[in-house]
Amino acid sequence: MIVADRKSLDEIQEMIKDYKKILLVGCKGCVTVCNVGGMKEVQVLSSILKIARKKEGRELQVEERTIERQCDFEYVEQLRADCDRFDAILSMACGVGPQFLAEAFPSQKIYPALDTKFFGGAVQHGIWEERCAGCGTCVIHFYDSLCPIARCAKSLQHGPCGGSANGKCEISEDVDCIWDIIVRKKMEQERLEDLRTYRAFKDWRSARDGGPRKSIREELVQ
Amino acid sequence: MSDNGLKSGSNLEKILKAGHFAFTGECGPPKGANVEHLKEKFEHLRGIVDAVNITDNQTAVVRMSSTAASAIMVAQGLEPNFQMVCRDRNRLAIMADILGAYSLGIRNMLCLSGDHQQFGNHPEAKNVFDIDSMQLIALVKMMRDEGTFMNGEDIDVPPKLFIGAASNPFADPYEFRIYRLANKIDAGADFIQTQCIYNMERFRDFMKRAVDMGLAEKAYILAGVTPMKSTRMAQYMAKKVPGIDVPESLIKRLKGAVNGKQAEEGIRFAIEQIEEFKEMEGLAGVHLMAIEWEHKVPEIAERANMLPRPKID
Repeated sequence: MIVADRKSLDEIQEMIKDYKKILLVGCKGCVTVCNVGGMKEVQVLSSILKIARKKEGRELQVEERTIERQCDFEYVEQLRADCDRFDAILSMACGVGPQFLAEAFPSQKIYPALDTKFFGGAVQHGIWEERCAGCGTCVIHFYDSLCPIARCAKSLQHGPCGGSANGKCEISEDVDCIWDIIVRKKMEQERLEDLRTYRAFKDWRSARDGGPRKSIREELVQ
Repeated sequence: MSDNGLKSGSNLEKILKAGHFAFTGECGPPKGANVEHLKEKFEHLRGIVDAVNITDNQTAVVRMSSTAASAIMVAQGLEPNFQMVCRDRNRLAIMADILGAYSLGIRNMLCLSGDHQQFGNHPEAKNVFDIDSMQLIALVKMMRDEGTFMNGEDIDVPPKLFIGAASNPFADPYEFRIYRLANKIDAGADFIQTQCIYNMERFRDFMKRAVDMGLAEKAYILAGVTPMKSTRMAQYMAKKVPGIDVPESLIKRLKGAVNGKQAEEGIRFAIEQIEEFKEMEGLAGVHLMAIEWEHKVPEIAERANMLPRPKID
């Protein structure tokens, strides 16, 4: 899933300081699963924003809505009837959500309440970790389905670097060295020879480096 | 390879090819455009070492570029070993800088991935790592031997560089380190400079493996030595520098030195190491990284019987 964190209250307040009536929109997709932009979080942020505004001696009206997915115009359309009643819309989806809203409602002002972080999953309750960099050309089959592009701080295709110590990355003791895990797995399976193979220069065009990306599925295009 | 059988014709290559025990030094460019300070630092190494590594934004701290500092050294009649990291440049800049370095008279190049920028003084920087150190080695070899860019286009006057790579026998997982060294040699490394060695027992084992695998015949391996200036330095390196293995026995030895004599004890240990490396099977030389201690290099070289350096035309 796409993992996000909520922006600080200060930053959100600053964005909406001139507005009296906002629509706060959650998303039932990834951000609900990572407990940052679903119905519950919408309710919490709404209350916090109203209380904070009250302390300033001003009023803030917040209407709460959580739609199926903000990255789908079909669901975004459900907001059309109401959206002009508000001074602005605050989106609690990943970075895709506010942009879809902005495209659907070009005259409305749209703001993001989240910082979108990475593609990953929960490794334990309350802790999410990155697993994929979305580079567009998956090579994890070379590395026993462990991705050094996303999980090595230097995206090394030939690791581990000289900074790997005690299974940890040189950047932090809180970060596992993915190359240590790859090597140990290969050794356990007696397939270390796999790591004697030279890997070609990566073609980054399929990643963000090639410019904004698009995926066209001909059979689905009408 | 050129007509004379040399890949680059650098002094370092000639020394190694002639079978002499090589001795390289190191010099970090200044944090500024202070050319005089740079010259003063590397002047200590003149005639003492066969080539001087010029570091490239080492520990991710911004300094004068390694290309410029290397070129200044060339102009002063010393031989640089130009270091390049993959952290700060994409493939276009890498190839352009390789051509630029060669055009400025640089003949040795050490290919590195580079410390992560988080260590340095601009941790907010975007890291590049378009290619890694293994691929950088292969790229320099391709440019030199095939005379082509990465895309296969011909280079008008290819860069004839003596290709170096680093090896850290002390990083984890240890069992894999020798294979990583083998990979670098297969990719095209002509010479190897190791991370600084303090754990001699482990290094003896590492070199035995290198010899058993035939690696010492395929590339020249230079053992890394950094003399300890103090117990504090030893403790810092043991605890804070990932991939450096400082045995407790060395820390004890430095601690045991009389007040004010810890630096001397550090130098003594370095000299003992060099003496052992001269005899160690598979080693072709020593790489002395006297960090901000360049002025001590002549004394260490003298006491380790590394002088005079051989001259080859």
